[in-house]
Amino acid sequence: MIEVRNLVKKYGTHLAVDHLDFKIESGRIYGFLGPNGAGKSTTMNIMTGYLGATEGEVLIDGHDILKEPEEAKKHIGYLPEQPPLYVDMTVREYLEFAAELKGIPRAKREEEITEIEKMVRIKDVEHRLIKNLSKGYRQRVGLAQAVLGFPEIIILDEPSVGLDPKQIIEIRELIRKLSKNHTVILSSHILAEVREVCDYILIISKGKLVASDTPENLEKMLGEHNSVEIETGASPSEVRLILKNMPGIEMIETQEKGDGVTWAKITEKKGEDIREQIFTAFASAKTPLLTLKATGMTLEDVFMELTQSDTVPDAFIAKTKWEEVGTDAGDL
Amino acid sequence: MLAIYKRELRSYFQSMVGCVFIAFLIAFTGIYFMAYNLMSGYPYFSYTLSGSLIVFIVGIPLITMRSFSEERKNKTDQLLLTAPVSLGKVVMGKYLAMVTVIAIPNVIFCIFPLIIKSQGTAYLTVDYISIAVFFLLGCVYAAIGMFLSSLTESQIIAFISTFGILLVLYLWEGILSMLPSSAISGLVGVLIVLTIVAFYVWHMTENVVLSGGIEVIGAVVAIVLYVVKQELYENLLTSLLGRLALANVFTDITENSIVDVTGIALYLSIIAVFVFLTIQSIQKRRWS
Repeated sequence: MIEVRNLVKKYGTHLAVDHLDFKIESGRIYGFLGPNGAGKSTTMNIMTGYLGATEGEVLIDGHDILKEPEEAKKHIGYLPEQPPLYVDMTVREYLEFAAELKGIPRAKREEEITEIEKMVRIKDVEHRLIKNLSKGYRQRVGLAQAVLGFPEIIILDEPSVGLDPKQIIEIRELIRKLSKNHTVILSSHILAEVREVCDYILIISKGKLVASDTPENLEKMLGEHNSVEIETGASPSEVRLILKNMPGIEMIETQEKGDGVTWAKITEKKGEDIREQIFTAFASAKTPLLTLKATGMTLEDVFMELTQSDTVPDAFIAKTKWEEVGTDAGDL
Repeated sequence: MLAIYKRELRSYFQSMVGCVFIAFLIAFTGIYFMAYNLMSGYPYFSYTLSGSLIVFIVGIPLITMRSFSEERKNKTDQLLLTAPVSLGKVVMGKYLAMVTVIAIPNVIFCIFPLIIKSQGTAYLTVDYISIAVFFLLGCVYAAIGMFLSSLTESQIIAFISTFGILLVLYLWEGILSMLPSSAISGLVGVLIVLTIVAFYVWHMTENVVLSGGIEVIGAVVAIVLYVVKQELYENLLTSLLGRLALANVFTDITENSIVDVTGIALYLSIIAVFVFLTIQSIQKRRWS
């Protein structure tokens, strides 16, 4: 379907995309995951023919995007990071323009636009000027434009940015619906979203492809251990003493956090659930637990592991990871 | 291409820029028409038209300034460049929309000679040719403006730079008369032009040998020619650069009723060159 071979993009001396190589097969949802500035948008812009590559090639259904751009672009619908909207047009006018631009035959145009408007739920705003629409509606108009003509490949750059939680769920449903007949590629820096929607994940960091697999396989990649994080008023040595004889524990990490609070991460042996045991152990020692939460070896760990430099201590990674999830939750 | 053409044209009239341009040009010409042709009874409409040339210098940058700079700023160029339409068609679609906006007042101007005719003698051939060349000159200015718009993200910069260049072209005759006409100054002029070309080549290719070679060989040839055949350099600057006084082709018609066919060919070539340069400047941005 899409083949990206040895793709390099340089901006002056800055290497934005560094020898990317991957294949995309039809009928699946692919997720591009990476921190800000990893080269996700640049890669998408090259794949859609907006930018030229310094080296390498992109084949869309066997057509080189640079050598046969018109043929290759027919197979792609693209929603860039910022939806490319003409704000002085109404939604309907804009979609009619996009349909004509994509060469949809006049007879089918009206019908198809109406169908897509219903699909992304913008039918009721079709006669409003785009400049008067909210961010969420604009995003949906942009999405409608990408889906127009039902191209085989739909590329979406951060499709859920600016949407409210209900709209995000709707968009996910829409993406799943589209994936029945189309290949969908979406990018995101929100892990939960990618895990939720995608069949296959490509993790990009500093322009390089660092991992590509299904979400389940990626989670397995770094081990299958779950862990429990606790905070308590006891000192680290007391914590270790309380947990000393408990079966099912692989490893304990502790850290003093000030105010007499100790943070500990307890890694379970495979297949065990030790949360109840921990609770009763601390209760019988008359040491109150301030926090107890289970953490899996999740995609976040994989992501962090792959995109952060090695010098960052594990505990720090675990800590920032929770902060990350906290901020993401607001987004989702 | 048709989709882009239609959208552009609609946008010119929705955003009022097109309407303002047309209204301003017609109103201005109308005042001259009243004064020269109707009140004073001068039978040539072409003369009236030459007074309207100044409106072009403000009006054309107004309609070209947003063509590519705004697309780039709003990132709507992503839609155009990822659609299955070639870049040449995108540029032509936009250019033809501008040409159409410029054509509308010129079509209306075609009525004016008939009004003169209804009152007495009119020189219809000269008048209609001058309207056609006036329109063509507008197209040349629009091509220059479009190119400048494709270089920047800011409409204001596009407007000011186009306005500046058109103004310089308008005043070119006067600027030219200040240039010296002796042979030695001709040589100096040639060397300056040569250096600019060599610098441009160096800037594009970063090849010191190539650009240095052009500079040295060119300079030697120029100096040898100067020694051998000095009279070649006399008035060289004025005759070479005089070609840049684009409006001369038009004023020749309005003032002397002389149609310079090579001048019209020059107009068409300049249009082709700037449309081509616009395509190239957008291509270059994709690759840098």
